[in-house]
Amino acid sequence: MQIATRQLADTALLTVEGRVDHRSAGELEQALSTVLTPPDVAQGTVVLDFSGVEYISSVGLRVLMVAAKQLRGRNAGFAVAGLQPVVAEIFAISRFDRVLAVHPDVAAALDQGSEAARAAWQAGVPPAAT
Amino acid sequence: MKRVRFWGTRGSLPVALTAAGVRRKVVAALQGASGRNFGSEAETERYVDSLPFPAAGTYGGHTSCVEIETGGPDFLLCDLGSGARPFGLSAMSRRVGGAPQTFHIFMSHLHWDHIMGLPFFVPAFIPGNRVVIYGSHRELEFALRRQQDKPSFPVDFSIFGAAMEFVHLDPGVPRQVAGVTVATMLQRHTGDSYGYRFESQGRTVVYSTDSEHPLAQAEHTDRFVEFFRGADLVIFDAMYSLADSISVKADWGHSSNVVGVELCQMAGARHLCLFHHEPVFDDEAIEGVLAETRRLEEITRGDAPLYVSAAYDGLEIEL
Repeated sequence: MQIATRQLADTALLTVEGRVDHRSAGELEQALSTVLTPPDVAQGTVVLDFSGVEYISSVGLRVLMVAAKQLRGRNAGFAVAGLQPVVAEIFAISRFDRVLAVHPDVAAALDQGSEAARAAWQAGVPPAAT
Repeated sequence: MKRVRFWGTRGSLPVALTAAGVRRKVVAALQGASGRNFGSEAETERYVDSLPFPAAGTYGGHTSCVEIETGGPDFLLCDLGSGARPFGLSAMSRRVGGAPQTFHIFMSHLHWDHIMGLPFFVPAFIPGNRVVIYGSHRELEFALRRQQDKPSFPVDFSIFGAAMEFVHLDPGVPRQVAGVTVATMLQRHTGDSYGYRFESQGRTVVYSTDSEHPLAQAEHTDRFVEFFRGADLVIFDAMYSLADSISVKADWGHSSNVVGVELCQMAGARHLCLFHHEPVFDDEAIEGVLAETRRLEEITRGDAPLYVSAAYDGLEIEL
């Protein structure tokens, strides 16, 4: 699994590729922990670009739930974007599509956030870390 | 072991199909038959059999009670939910010449929905019968006696005419019972619950209900994968959706269809049977969960397929 992180103004965008399963979910948890832990706290929104994710297991979904709960406690947003059909089915079967904000793509997810984040996205801010 | 027969499959509380529910089924069936002619009872039955399960049947409403037919004279049962009442009547009807019967009953835990059938278990009233109740809770006998104490029930435990025996099982220590090797394992549930693995004649059945799975603990997952390893049938608590089981219903002690599929796939089990259905679900809702679970198995399948079913009162699964 590959994860790249960009800071788009007040929004952290994590681009995830590969399988988020029992073996690799810890890497996603670590990447989310980095953007959620002070002093790098995201004040706005965390968006996960899942367009490169082929599969997610229950352990991976739990990581998303934990992050969403943390952000909700800070009044910050959490969204997942660009689900491949199989992953979208897993979200629906597990009912994660009812508890997480799911958008067709990153642009749609950013439309729900700040103007500054959208501007940074359109300006093509490069990945800051992998 | 020859087959598994389900007498109670509902979680937490017995439920009954309502008059309105029956009416909906009848209306749907009659609408589907519009324009057809049925020349015989057999034709009518063929039509009914062609209907989707929720249209012509019901998942039923008794709480946990599962019979494992060993092929021998003794009965082997998991839990004493309200399904123990119809099971007991069936067992009585299977008596040969009034001969005494022996029942080996394995208790997952002592919550109300898993013990409420004992006061109505007719074979326990019959002198000469033997009822052996196994479990790993120290309060096993106390809990079953107490539920019949005043003011909760009018008939005291001492009314039973059968020999009532209690056997403590140490988790992890297999035991031979009626020609079957029985292993137990601690599960996560308020007050603890225990799963059972039954092995005999090259067949393995796992009964794992009222069991929550903490997904962040890899060693927990490994333990269950080993317990389910190569099973012909895994009867699995799939009461909630995955999202509910790790959010609003976290620590409620139950699991999901998604975790059931994953554990069975990792264990190389052959058949996952969804069990302990949420009492607020109607037949269509359970059928929907079954269809989704089969789809999940299909899109995540590895080398071998996993057959998925949903238990209903009266279901029989050949081993």
